Amino acid sequence: MSDDLVTDILNPVEPFLRSDRVPHIWCPGCGIGTTVNSFARALIDSNIDLGSLALVSGIGCTGRVAGYVKLDSFHTTHGRAIPFATGLKLANPKLNVVVYSGDGDLSAIGGNHLIHAARRNIDLKVICVNNLIYAMTGGQTAPTTPDHSTTSTNPYGVFEASFNLPQLVEAAGAVYVARWTTFHVRQLSRAISEAFQKKGFSFIEVISPCPTLYQRRNKMGDGLDAMKYYKEKSRVRHGAPTSEVGMTMTGEIIVGKFVDRERPDYQTMMKAQFHESLGERFVEQTEMVCS
Amino acid sequence: MKTDSEAAVLPKAGHHSADPHTADRPIAVRHTADPRGVLTGIHFMDGDHACCEGALAAGCRCAAGYPITPSTEVVERFASRVPMVGGTFIQMEDELAASITLQGMVWAGAKAFTVTSGPGFSLMMEHIGYAAMTETPCVFVDVQRGGPSTGLPTLPAQADMMQARWGSHGDYEVIALCPNSPQECFDLTIKAFNLAEEYRVPVMFMMDEVVGHMSEKVVIPPADQIEVVPRKHTHKSVEDYLPYATNGDQVPEMAHAGEGYNFHVTGLTHDERGYPNMTLAVQDKLVRRLQSKILNAVDRITMTEEEQIEGADVVVVSYGITSRVAQRAIEAARERGLHVGKLRLITAWPFPEKKFRDLAAKVKAFVVPELNLGQMVREVERAAGGQAKTFAVSHAGGGVHNPEEILKVIVEASRCQTI
Amino acid sequence: MAKGRVSIVVERCKACGFCVEFCPSHVLALSSAFNSKGYHPPHVVHPEKCSGCDLCGMYCPDFAIAGGKVDEAGVPVKKADAAKGAKK
Repeated sequence: MSDDLVTDILNPVEPFLRSDRVPHIWCPGCGIGTTVNSFARALIDSNIDLGSLALVSGIGCTGRVAGYVKLDSFHTTHGRAIPFATGLKLANPKLNVVVYSGDGDLSAIGGNHLIHAARRNIDLKVICVNNLIYAMTGGQTAPTTPDHSTTSTNPYGVFEASFNLPQLVEAAGAVYVARWTTFHVRQLSRAISEAFQKKGFSFIEVISPCPTLYQRRNKMGDGLDAMKYYKEKSRVRHGAPTSEVGMTMTGEIIVGKFVDRERPDYQTMMKAQFHESLGERFVEQTEMVCS
Repeated sequence: MKTDSEAAVLPKAGHHSADPHTADRPIAVRHTADPRGVLTGIHFMDGDHACCEGALAAGCRCAAGYPITPSTEVVERFASRVPMVGGTFIQMEDELAASITLQGMVWAGAKAFTVTSGPGFSLMMEHIGYAAMTETPCVFVDVQRGGPSTGLPTLPAQADMMQARWGSHGDYEVIALCPNSPQECFDLTIKAFNLAEEYRVPVMFMMDEVVGHMSEKVVIPPADQIEVVPRKHTHKSVEDYLPYATNGDQVPEMAHAGEGYNFHVTGLTHDERGYPNMTLAVQDKLVRRLQSKILNAVDRITMTEEEQIEGADVVVVSYGITSRVAQRAIEAARERGLHVGKLRLITAWPFPEKKFRDLAAKVKAFVVPELNLGQMVREVERAAGGQAKTFAVSHAGGGVHNPEEILKVIVEASRCQTI
Repeated sequence: MAKGRVSIVVERCKACGFCVEFCPSHVLALSSAFNSKGYHPPHVVHPEKCSGCDLCGMYCPDFAIAGGKVDEAGVPVKKADAAKGAKK
């Protein structure tokens, strides 16, 4: 750790970091660290009990978030952050469980878990950093890669359709769906705070630069150029129908809070069902620490 | 059935008292089962249901599953019983999910298991590796059916034995148990949970379709006669706790999410802090410890049932349902005046290599019937190291051996010359 | 008199330029100096303009810069103790 850290101006993110692991592995101009800043501010603003907070990541660049935050943090297998998080939440309903992972991890290899967790309305906060490509492995096409862009596995251009993630998770049943970019640091922080107030499956997509692979391969400049693009081309449309928020390579990025609705979460439904069916025979789950 | 091994006292699951290897260990407070989960009494139930009752008796209160024949009855019963015991079952969207959801449950403080059969077991391999690497104590039940692929969904096999050992990539060790009756499905499920906790390792519970679906008398003792091993939870302060530091016995202490330890768990190669570290030295230290914490305890972990081994010319090595078929062949061979011993593997992994090496010096041959085309027989042959001959009695699955087939090989083995 | 001040951890910086670009008061510029990894970290060119809004801190993907409000004597105004929850 550098002596520079000894300063009277405290970086609000610092107490949430495993400072002995910083500097991190993310490339210059990568937006993942920026999303962590917004996440940390949201934790402060929403006054969450950090002792009850667990963070689960999958594999990939964003999957490394779990290794940098000073929380109970789990770096799981590729695509499986959501089912691992589901297990944490089921065994200890008092935990606040955040899933922090990338677009490829959550929507390709983990796509099945994503839609089923939304369907069940498990009380998880999912932060999906979408850099539109598989970055850790070198820039291959992801389910989110926009049409016409170039990747290492579509060197002549992507021709398959991409996922519109807000629409996908809304259709599957998420109660809170928002999208921001790494330019919208304060809005993102607010959205994460709002998701903490919701009980149920919340999904926040953050469009984030990948200067090393997505930007470079597509001659879109560096991280700062991506940020300027987000600033210029983002349009805030709260409540926009998610069918209208699909991403294109160079077009407008619709951001905002798209879905905010009430629906009982999985554990509430489960308890109600057991009370109804079993009456007094239902034994509510207590602390599960088997020590 | 007369036995001369510790299998005879198996109903007292988790006991170590007579074991010389535990002599230098501190005498722990004896933990017994939570009576809420124990269905004390004499029952007539199948192996799948008995396995579920064993899990509940062991203190398991969480399960994640995905339906697959012939294993589903285990979680069906769990789903029906657990809301009245205080716990949770969730049916996940696939086996990949089930096999990691249960690990989330464990890190939140629960004892948890999942249940599957061949095709699902294949999907779970990734997370058996994750459990081995992160040292997550948990139980995977595999009610084996005929394969490969979809194979014989409703019919037995024992062809996942090597998969249980080697199925996930990289070097790691697991423990595997093979019950041969509904009673053992109960007793050994408790043992499986206890071993998982003691060594912080995924334990494979290798049933087969016949054992899973046969109904027999199952005696469930009172809770205070069932010993359970609690989580090896740390007592260290937040400041002093290192998630993967070990203290002599090679098994680190665990913390749970929500307790304030702010610990990190990763499937990447990690140091004592749990932090990723890709250096050769850290990899070597970690992977060797994952291996040696089990291999150094082989004698403590191994359970066999042995009969007339002394003076035997031929020893029949079997496990699971095949051990019951082999029993008839063994008795028929003895009636013909042959000196036949029986060695039943109750634990298949870690393989009791030394036991077989010593035995190979005394006998002419091993006969290994199993419902596959040759899996555990290779271990027997390897351990025998050429000191005794090894005869496989293979079977492609879908049924059990005809005892005559086994008898024929025993007779043939008895005639062979001592090496 | 500046209402705010920034602190920079030069060794963490990877010179993405986000802080320079998005500082609403144009307080910062990338320096010509190198840090040990060969990046040009930002430096303060207009200290008097800093409002202490910490937008630089929110944008910095490398946790290398933070802004804070200061009083007339230049002493940081105490914010809610961000660390309180982190240490249980």
